[in-house]
Amino acid sequence: MTTTTSGAATAGAETSNAKMKGAEIVLKALVDQGVDVIFGYPGGAVLPLYDALFQQNHIRHILVRHEQAAVHAAEGYARSTGKVGVVLVTSGPGATNAVTGLTDALMDSVPIVCLCGQVPTHLIGNDAFQEADTTGITRPCTKHNYLVKNVDKLARTVHEAFYVARNGRPGPVVIDLPKDILVTEGSYLPPQEIAHRTYRPRTEPDIAAIDAAIDLLETAKRPIIYAGGGVINAGPEASRLLTELVELSGFPCTLTLMGLGTLPASDPRYLGMVGMHGTYEANLTMHGCDVMLAVGARFDDRVTGRTDAFSPGSKKIQIDIDPSSVNKNIRVDLAIIGDAGRALELLVQRWKARKVKIDREVIGRWWEQIECWRAVNCLAYGKSENIIKPQYAIERLYQMTRDREVFITTEVGQHQMWAAQFFRFDKPNHWMTSGGLGTMGYGLPAAYGVQIAHPDALVIDIAGEASILMNIQEMSTLCQYRLPVKVFILNNQYMGMVRQWQELMHGGRYSESYSDSLPDFVKLAEAFGATGLRAENMGQLDDVIRKMLDTPGPVIADICVDQLENCFPMIPSGAAHNEVLLAPPDQRAGDSFASEDGMVLV
Amino acid sequence: MADKHAPQERHTIAVIVDNEPGVLARVIGLFSGRGYNIESLTVAEVDREVGLSRINLVTIGTPMVIEQIKAQLERLVPVHSVRDLTENGPHVERELALIKVHAVGENRAETLRLAEIFRARVVDTTAVSFIFELTGPAEKLDTFIGLMRPLGLVELARTGAAAMSRGQEPF
Repeated sequence: MTTTTSGAATAGAETSNAKMKGAEIVLKALVDQGVDVIFGYPGGAVLPLYDALFQQNHIRHILVRHEQAAVHAAEGYARSTGKVGVVLVTSGPGATNAVTGLTDALMDSVPIVCLCGQVPTHLIGNDAFQEADTTGITRPCTKHNYLVKNVDKLARTVHEAFYVARNGRPGPVVIDLPKDILVTEGSYLPPQEIAHRTYRPRTEPDIAAIDAAIDLLETAKRPIIYAGGGVINAGPEASRLLTELVELSGFPCTLTLMGLGTLPASDPRYLGMVGMHGTYEANLTMHGCDVMLAVGARFDDRVTGRTDAFSPGSKKIQIDIDPSSVNKNIRVDLAIIGDAGRALELLVQRWKARKVKIDREVIGRWWEQIECWRAVNCLAYGKSENIIKPQYAIERLYQMTRDREVFITTEVGQHQMWAAQFFRFDKPNHWMTSGGLGTMGYGLPAAYGVQIAHPDALVIDIAGEASILMNIQEMSTLCQYRLPVKVFILNNQYMGMVRQWQELMHGGRYSESYSDSLPDFVKLAEAFGATGLRAENMGQLDDVIRKMLDTPGPVIADICVDQLENCFPMIPSGAAHNEVLLAPPDQRAGDSFASEDGMVLV
Repeated sequence: MADKHAPQERHTIAVIVDNEPGVLARVIGLFSGRGYNIESLTVAEVDREVGLSRINLVTIGTPMVIEQIKAQLERLVPVHSVRDLTENGPHVERELALIKVHAVGENRAETLRLAEIFRARVVDTTAVSFIFELTGPAEKLDTFIGLMRPLGLVELARTGAAAMSRGQEPF
């Protein structure tokens, strides 16, 4: 009797709402969320999901060689498209390997949904094989995380995860999926536009605050606009509006490392990057301004230097979607909480409606001062006839790729800063770098994440010989999917930035920063099935770049550069913006590097 | 930080959260991860049907840090609302303590006399001890505990503050 009743109930449910296995629910939810590619690595706990993947054609799976790379690849995909990147890893080591990538995505506000396998619910807490407390471990390195213990909540949880990842300040979301949930049958729920129970970030700025901002800006004598990654996250229209605001006002504008490309680098009002390795003119303009408009930038310590000496005489206006980014490091005078794109739209609208008149004479005097700073030519470096200067290599790379749609990713260190200084971006979403966390090994997987999203574009990972080895196994992924990523290694046989700090701050004691026993990168590339190239002197550089660009498949170009070149300008840690170190004059002249005493302290 | 020399303030903050696994860990992890202080913290379900819990926490920090704490709490996905009771007008704050005192001879009478002054209830007694239950603001508990210490305080359990703003308005 009992069995008949329950059987009838199930049959009834099947006609109205067909039951599906957990794994199928997950995939259907992903498809309904518009996912077309996921980056993953299989393992015991996620076998049911991989089985379901095998039996469908909607979602493409990219097999990575390490779970950290899966997250970075999803980050590259997300940052170059504005979509949510999706990762699939197994329980235990799969999830713990993903932690670095998740933290990276959290620091740089990249929308990621990471599906993690988990041991079956009845084994959770038993120290089972490949068990880890994934929700516990990832709680501080995700925007939010879920452990799904009921198959009927599965679809809703996946939809919610996408909502949380992409709304407000974007970030990574983990869904921990016990294996038994993936094989249990449950009902599917399509994504619905229902308001989230608790998470409803404010996107619409307060119009009174917008007007108050214009009041400050129109009377400014020494203004600056300082924009960051938040503008990129707000979508390409936000970058267009920023450019329009800069044009309308004629104000100087600087960008953070994360914001490169929001204002075209070719714009005459662009001052270059701000911060520790930013330009002299950008930092001194920040220091000396009387009104600062920060848009989608969070006053990171790499931007501000010593906080009590940061832009001491200015009124600060900050636009941010995350209220916790306001008054965290730097107290601001006016906070505008909301979406950067929407705030810029309102600023431009009100600016035009109020027919704001800027006193061109006053602003002109400010520009005269800025041009004096610009004239210092802070990025100048010593030229050499034979040795390849790393800055020159990037300049040549930029010049030789100007006519192409080019996406740049980087690893972390000197090469990253030189890329930020010398590669010039005219569009948002074309520059992918690990800013907040500073993750060596980011660039290669991020590059193929970009390449998957933009199959016909030129994607270059500007790398260092130390960083590239942190995820070198991903060459195998490149070759498997025939992704024509170009890896451009500035090889100085040192962890260059570590060496630079040791030279400047630790008496030149190069403790463990020499890259000993390096592989032969040309043979390494060939071993993976890619093309390897090497430039050892100035005469070979252009040829190698040209060959790299002309080769249809993946390439490693090993560019042997000046071993002891330092990255300038530099604001030493704990110094103020007006305490920039410029390159020592003798280094600029191309001689050997000088000691700390030779530095020009401004 | 710009206001590192600013005076430290004590704030009582009430947080309404979804009663879901891990929510307390999120709040505590936020405080430990970012180096904020927790003076006391209480948590219990307040609405079973909707599944809501209330966290009352007392924290100490400069005004800039207090502002950060509230913004960071608001940012947690399962948080419904955050209210700074110290900032939003007058509020009542109560804490409960169980206080075990070893008392024999003439100390017994003295102990009981002090308990009466403080309206502490005796909830357990043996020939040589009492357990008192005392409710009130934290300072009242501190004072009573201070008096019991020389008389023979042997064990102490405190709940931390439960707090609510005055007047008819709900949270």
